[in-house]
Amino acid sequence: MAEAIKMRVTMEGNIADVKVLIQHEMETGLRKDAKTGNLIPAHFINQVVATLNGRTVLDAQWGVGIAKNPFIGFRIKGAKPGDKVGINAVDNLGARFDDEAVIS
Amino acid sequence: MKQKLTYTIMAALLIGCASMGKAPVSPAEDRSAMINYYKQILPDIKFENYIYGALAMNPDAKSQYDEMMEFPSYAIDLDKGQKMWKTPFKNGKNFASCFPNGGKNIAGNYPYFDNAAKRVVTFENAINACLKANGEQELKYGEKEMGLLTAYARSLSDGMKVNVKVEGEGALAAYEKGKAYYYARNGQLNFACASCHVQSAGKFIRSEQLSMMIGQASHWPEFRGGTDIVTLQGRFKQCEKNVRAKPKEANSDEYNNLEYFLTYMSNELPMQTPVFRK
Repeated sequence: MAEAIKMRVTMEGNIADVKVLIQHEMETGLRKDAKTGNLIPAHFINQVVATLNGRTVLDAQWGVGIAKNPFIGFRIKGAKPGDKVGINAVDNLGARFDDEAVIS
Repeated sequence: MKQKLTYTIMAALLIGCASMGKAPVSPAEDRSAMINYYKQILPDIKFENYIYGALAMNPDAKSQYDEMMEFPSYAIDLDKGQKMWKTPFKNGKNFASCFPNGGKNIAGNYPYFDNAAKRVVTFENAINACLKANGEQELKYGEKEMGLLTAYARSLSDGMKVNVKVEGEGALAAYEKGKAYYYARNGQLNFACASCHVQSAGKFIRSEQLSMMIGQASHWPEFRGGTDIVTLQGRFKQCEKNVRAKPKEANSDEYNNLEYFLTYMSNELPMQTPVFRK
């Protein structure tokens, strides 16, 4: 689902500033449907992994406390132009959100 | 008796003079008078910064906005609008073929007055005319799809100066109607648009500062709260709800005339679409 994730990387000295947007409902599983009164099933991202040239630089376990359409920003020390930054997110239903950018 | 008659004639002459003094001012005079007024009440704000509205009054909020705009939270939504704009119709044409210059640097010319149809034509009208001419389903005014499509379509005109013309009798009449709407008190709270944005521009309404009229129409649609798309006429509706008035329909004559007036007042300002607003 590449169209639901967007990443931007900028360099500040030897630090890469990474900003990522993901479009996701982030349903907690605790809300009720206003019409039927049934619980809306939980649907949220539970893991986010960022890599630099394939090496993991960030591994986050997320839960239902993260808001809808999450934004994540972080910095990678020692990155240089030409390096590849990857981001993979997986939700509790197994859907994958992947994006990749080459630092310019 | 003779004296009384003279007085009557003099009074009649005076009334005549007074009504002559009320001759309608031209739109250009309206606009320059309004700019001079804002220069007096908000002397620190430069003309080109009027496009930022209330953000121009608060450097702290402006710096947060600038940071937000570097990688805006609506980036993914904007891609959807781009996809809609580029997807060809069933007959093989697309939106770009409906507009001169492939749709680039043209949005600032809207809305304009169509002398043949005797009405104001907004950019959204032109989009729907394009869909109709190509046998496609028209989009609903003021709704999300129209918002996303125009967000991208207008972004092709970024940096273009707003260039609305009021020429001819019909155009002037539409402009005057829009102006009258802006200044007419409305709703339970009995506010006109001008009550806040002219008389009280720069003042606080609860925690928010009120924007000035000049520059209110150069950056639509906008993403409020990051991802909630709102068109200019959608915003009119929200404002009318705020003063407890019954909003008009999007694409109604009232709103089209109001948009015409308001966009004319933003002439010469650079367009920027879409933008983030809280």
